[in-house]
Amino acid sequence: MSATHADTIVMPTRKSPVPAITFAGLILILAILPAFVYPIFVMKLLCFVLFAAAFNLLLGYTGLLSFGHAAFFGGAAYVTAHALKVWQVTPELAIIAGVVTSIVLGLIIGVVAIRRQGIYFAMITLAMAQMFYFFCLQAPFTNGEDGIQGFSRGNLFGIIDLNETMNLYYFIAAVSVLSLALIWRIVNSPFGQILRAIRENEPRTISLGYSAQRFKLAAFVMSAGLTGLAGALKALLFQFATLADVAWQMSGEVILMTLIGGIGTMAGPVVGAGILVGMQNFLATSGLPVTMVLGGTFMICVLLFRRGVVGEFLHLLERRKG
Amino acid sequence: MTTIFGVALPVLTGQFLIGLINGSFYALLSLGLAVIFGLLRIVNFAHGAFYMLGAFAAWMLLNYAGIGYWGALFLAPLVVAVVGMVIERTMLRALYGLDHLYGLLFTFGLALLLEGGFRHYFGTSGQPYAAPEALRGATNIGFMVLPNYRGWVVLASLVVCLGTWAIIEKTKIGAYLRAATENSTLVQAFGVNVPVLLTLTYGFGCALAGVAGVLAAPLFQVSPLMGSNLIIIVFAVVVIGGMGSILGAIVTGYMLGIVEGLCKVFYPEAANIVVFVIMAIVLLLRPAGLFGKDS
Repeated sequence: MSATHADTIVMPTRKSPVPAITFAGLILILAILPAFVYPIFVMKLLCFVLFAAAFNLLLGYTGLLSFGHAAFFGGAAYVTAHALKVWQVTPELAIIAGVVTSIVLGLIIGVVAIRRQGIYFAMITLAMAQMFYFFCLQAPFTNGEDGIQGFSRGNLFGIIDLNETMNLYYFIAAVSVLSLALIWRIVNSPFGQILRAIRENEPRTISLGYSAQRFKLAAFVMSAGLTGLAGALKALLFQFATLADVAWQMSGEVILMTLIGGIGTMAGPVVGAGILVGMQNFLATSGLPVTMVLGGTFMICVLLFRRGVVGEFLHLLERRKG
Repeated sequence: MTTIFGVALPVLTGQFLIGLINGSFYALLSLGLAVIFGLLRIVNFAHGAFYMLGAFAAWMLLNYAGIGYWGALFLAPLVVAVVGMVIERTMLRALYGLDHLYGLLFTFGLALLLEGGFRHYFGTSGQPYAAPEALRGATNIGFMVLPNYRGWVVLASLVVCLGTWAIIEKTKIGAYLRAATENSTLVQAFGVNVPVLLTLTYGFGCALAGVAGVLAAPLFQVSPLMGSNLIIIVFAVVVIGGMGSILGAIVTGYMLGIVEGLCKVFYPEAANIVVFVIMAIVLLLRPAGLFGKDS
């Protein structure tokens, strides 16, 4: 996916105030949003924003299309739910358990998948994630088709009751903003620059002395870990983890979010997740076939808006500047 | 009773046959994927959906037009091919100059659209489709009882696979196709209409999926989701075999079907994942795949 967004790369040479202002604005919006919008909806949105941003770290900045991110999302959701229900640990420990699971999964799948590139990479990640799906289908702790449900969210650090909606809201909002800041930091670090170099021209990066395989694996594991965090938060929020979280349709959804928003842009996943979650909420009550509409959207995006909403907007701005 | 490794012989041959049948579908589908990928450089994610479309076309021909199995065996793949060619002409064509990943994403959307549409109008429960009169019943072939239809599926898929291989390797049009795979610009310069060749190739690949769908209709129920899980296994088969070779796709398809069938006898818990495990092992030892030439 290299040629289309090469023009969006901006490496700040000096400290730009824009990111700081953007993050301050984001925090402000999140602080006042529950007054206007149903908080559960905002929390669901934040989980998917984080999911899409983590996925974009891999697709947008490293150029690797993973078709298996549902494994990390759902795997972490299962372990978090299991930890809360059976081990009865505090929520922060359950989330950590979920994230560690997705990191380990990311290492295993990553080591196999980075041996091939491009479409093979996509097919391998899809197949490995499907293998994990079958594992979840058969493993006793996931309760098969029923999933894990009916557990308390517990008290954060043993003191803050997360069954209170607003407590949960501020917790999820804080974790999401911090994670987005972390992703921004990764992307705009020397490490992120090497990732982009690999995306643009892998042989050349290797010839410059960087071990492309190690950087790709590192990016893959980071993306998997952050995806796991999104899955863990989702399990905490809805108090269930099911097979739908690990199914390949979930991997497809996150690709669509990133694609609609704009691959390789910081704001893209945020916008894309917003559009898709909003669309699903709307479609759920409209009686239209959701999958069919998603598929059609996919086709239209690939044919007509490959830059995505944010990408097209940036492109337009640039054209205006001349 | 004869036993091998402590397993009764009829059980073993029964699972071997089931494996061979699954292998027939893997081979037909991965062959179509390989033919399409070879020329168009597109991984056809919609292949499972076209397989489903083939089965539904047969079902619709029977229920709406009164055309039976043998007619459907020729007409349904034709319908699927036409649908495929229209999509190639109107939409897929726009993606040729781009990164291959866009082709994968587009066909993924197409698969969702087709499966979502059929699920909306026909529901998730399968529609029954009876095997033709001539192929009902079973034959005792000495060491096991072979249901006639299953025998036919294995035979038919073998004929189609080998026929495809012969067309590509031994005929003039196959030579064009192989030449265009190597260097399409040069072939076009020699006066071959490459855009038409691309359309026909995509249609042919889709038709192979359609044949598989018709063959599958009496075996499994005709359901909108019959292709979506199959396609992921077929992807793994394609990764194991390497997409470069036509014969490789066929051999790997049958081989993995049989391995999967035998796995059900010796270690049933792993039967669902054995293909994926083999894929991981092959990737670690031979990243280009068993028959792959590309690096």
